[in-house]
Amino acid sequence: MAIETENLTKDYPFGFLNLKTKRSLEGLSMQVETGEIFGFLGPNGAGKSTTIKLLVGLIFPTCGDAHILGKPISDIEMHRNIGYLPEQPYFYDYLTAAELLDYFARVHNLTAADRRDRIAWMLKKVGLETAGKIQLRKYSKGMLQRVGLAQAILHDPQVVILDEPMSGLDPIGRREVRDIILELKREGRTVMFSTHVLSDAEMLCDRVGVIVGGKLRGVGAPGEIVEMKAQGMEILFEYAGSGASAVALLNKATRAGNIYSLQVNEEELYGALEQLRSAEAKILSVTQLKPTLEEYFMHLVDASRAQAAAVEVSGK
Amino acid sequence: MSRAGVVALNTFREAVRDRVLYNLVFFALLMMAAAILVGQISIGIEEIVIVSLGLSAISVIGLLIAIFIGVGLVYKEMDKRTLYALLAKPVRRWEFLLGKFGGLVLTLAVNTTAMSAGLFLVMWYVKHTLAREDSAVLVAVYFILLKLALVVALAMLFSCFTTPLLSILFTAGLYISGLFVQEMRTFHSLTPKPVLEAITRWLSYLLPNFQNFDVMGSAVHGRAIPAALILENTIYTVVYCAIVLLTAAAVFSRRNLK
Amino acid sequence: MKLRSPIAGLLLLALPAGFVALWQLQLRIDARRAELHQDRDELALSSGKLLKAMSLEYAPLMADIYWTRAVQYYGDKRAHGDANFDLLWPLLDITTTLDPQLLVAYRFGSTFLSEPPAQGAGRPDLGVRLVERGIQANPEYWRLYEDLGFIYYFDAKDYGKASEAFLEGSKNPHALVWMKVLAAKVAEQGESRETSVFLWNELYNSATDPEIKKNALRHLQLLRAQTDCEHLDAIADEYEKRTGRRPRNLRELIGEGLLAGAPVDPLGHVYVFGADGKAQLNPASPLYKEKSIYAKPL
Repeated sequence: MAIETENLTKDYPFGFLNLKTKRSLEGLSMQVETGEIFGFLGPNGAGKSTTIKLLVGLIFPTCGDAHILGKPISDIEMHRNIGYLPEQPYFYDYLTAAELLDYFARVHNLTAADRRDRIAWMLKKVGLETAGKIQLRKYSKGMLQRVGLAQAILHDPQVVILDEPMSGLDPIGRREVRDIILELKREGRTVMFSTHVLSDAEMLCDRVGVIVGGKLRGVGAPGEIVEMKAQGMEILFEYAGSGASAVALLNKATRAGNIYSLQVNEEELYGALEQLRSAEAKILSVTQLKPTLEEYFMHLVDASRAQAAAVEVSGK
Repeated sequence: MSRAGVVALNTFREAVRDRVLYNLVFFALLMMAAAILVGQISIGIEEIVIVSLGLSAISVIGLLIAIFIGVGLVYKEMDKRTLYALLAKPVRRWEFLLGKFGGLVLTLAVNTTAMSAGLFLVMWYVKHTLAREDSAVLVAVYFILLKLALVVALAMLFSCFTTPLLSILFTAGLYISGLFVQEMRTFHSLTPKPVLEAITRWLSYLLPNFQNFDVMGSAVHGRAIPAALILENTIYTVVYCAIVLLTAAAVFSRRNLK
Repeated sequence: MKLRSPIAGLLLLALPAGFVALWQLQLRIDARRAELHQDRDELALSSGKLLKAMSLEYAPLMADIYWTRAVQYYGDKRAHGDANFDLLWPLLDITTTLDPQLLVAYRFGSTFLSEPPAQGAGRPDLGVRLVERGIQANPEYWRLYEDLGFIYYFDAKDYGKASEAFLEGSKNPHALVWMKVLAAKVAEQGESRETSVFLWNELYNSATDPEIKKNALRHLQLLRAQTDCEHLDAIADEYEKRTGRRPRNLRELIGEGLLAGAPVDPLGHVYVFGADGKAQLNPASPLYKEKSIYAKPL
């Protein structure tokens, strides 16, 4: 078990004299298996960053506990084995990338030879070899993100935790980060990252945890998390004729030029295909319709908002 | 090297690359040069003027650096989030604080040494010789450094939990009240109330006493400063800084970063 | 689950221990610095006007601080038996520049700037300067005229000017009636025992500062002793007429029936006769040391 949380809860004080509290994370209990890529999904303000900051020691839990690689998060030694990329990273702008990495490497107590080698290797790995001697204040956002990744894996950690690693990047940058994450997995590391971009999660993750309104709503493989129950089949066909036999079907289908899209239940599938065949329509494709992660996600978000609204109205 | 040492050197590097620092030091050296001119006007007391102007310049510049950079030591890192990546590493929060403190004190030590070298140069230029008595000026410079270390510790403490503006006010306030501690102790008020006098006396021992470091009179007239005082002031600074840093560590170690 | 930070625990222990250590250290440092006479003998900034400009609206507070320093300075010098009061004038100058309405500073200065050493700086001219500035800033406070007259009468021995001062002051509707009376008396007779006693008494009653009161009391005691000794001298003259020689001690006078008992000075010590046959204070009396302020030997 790479990461394990038990009932992790975080309250934030706010208001006059900080007397009121807002619960931004409630009873989070989840596990991240060793060697997997785990995606932490949720809309903005759901508690993703809060969870990650709790794990990494930037903030402290109101109650609950967590362990990384068997060590509690309060143990400073645990930090040797984790790498962390903050959300929208910002580093000392008077340093160059090489100096920054050297600084962090020294903090990790790496030897001088080690430092030299690793820094060169890291810069190459994130594609910053040529920019190594330029001061960070001249870096673009994408470059900063890459430096952030470099410092996260500089010390060869077993567990890598990334907070919105793809945010603000152009498609090329996103592709590069995706590749790096996959490479990390190939190297046997555990990667946990948070995002609100579902397609990334679907593409990369072995498993996904969905968090909305401070509560964990579901955990599982992206495919698993939405019910596998198919909602039917979609038939794409071309029909140029004016056959009366398939008129019922044609009325049900949506049309774009000569191409029709028809949704039928599974039981009705072969019947419909027969009808189309006898009407001499040209079948282009038959696909199974499943709810996407996005639909599941929106469903959860709406449910949570409705709940919150209800709570507000009731005045509790 | 220890982790605190790593942080310290990085803090030093940051200060060195900050151009404002050079301007301040340059200004101080300018003041030394001006002192020579002023010295020409006041015949017979050239050395007094030069030493007092020079020491004052070193003190004021040092204070400006100590306060203005000191209040940003922790706040800036929290505000700009440069601290986030660092704290995820195996470094304890108090090690970070100690490093920031050490880095700024190191910066001030280097600056102060540079400026006092300038001062001694000016003194030599005017007197054409440097005598035994001038060691008092060295001690005065050392005391200024002690004073600055204490100011940095205070500024950093405030930096841990409040905005730069308030930190500056509090630190400056503590410094100014620390200059009048002696008067606080023997406040010859016209209507003395015993309770008020007791409170003021207690305060006068609790507040950092910056008058301890004032040896301008001796330095200016070349009177030797007893070694015992040097030792006592050093211990005072070390103990007070330890208390302040410990407090800062306690405050910062449980602070939730935004 | 709350995690108790071990640093907080350490702090709780270290805080009181640390401050106790600091307090002890501070005492040592204070003693060391006192030896150096560091902050007693140097005034970094001696320009009152400059200080006033720098103090902005905190001038009265700064005045209080300098006033405190002036009193401390005086007290320290007296305690160490140091007769050098060089800094007294600059300190009072600065104090009154910062706050021209700090009346006690003028009264203090008028006494202790003018008094001859070891009681004061021995500079009646500076005392006059200070009081005149006080009068300019506080024309309704007639006691400053009294102080001015005081300096002229006692220390400058200029009875003409003293009389003028008393006269000026008497013009104030709040002034006590004796000011006018004294103006005339001093103009006419110059110095007299009666006037001196009266003035010191007035000062003793009207002053609030304990140092001033103490000083006035001492002067009264010395004047009393002076009077007593003059009486004793008269009796001794009678003794000489009868026996043909000066008495050696009081017992002889009692023996001759000229005295009922042995008179004592205001501090309780019996008077003695000096080698010159004149009555004087007992060397054991604390007043004996103070008698040097008078030109006339007792």
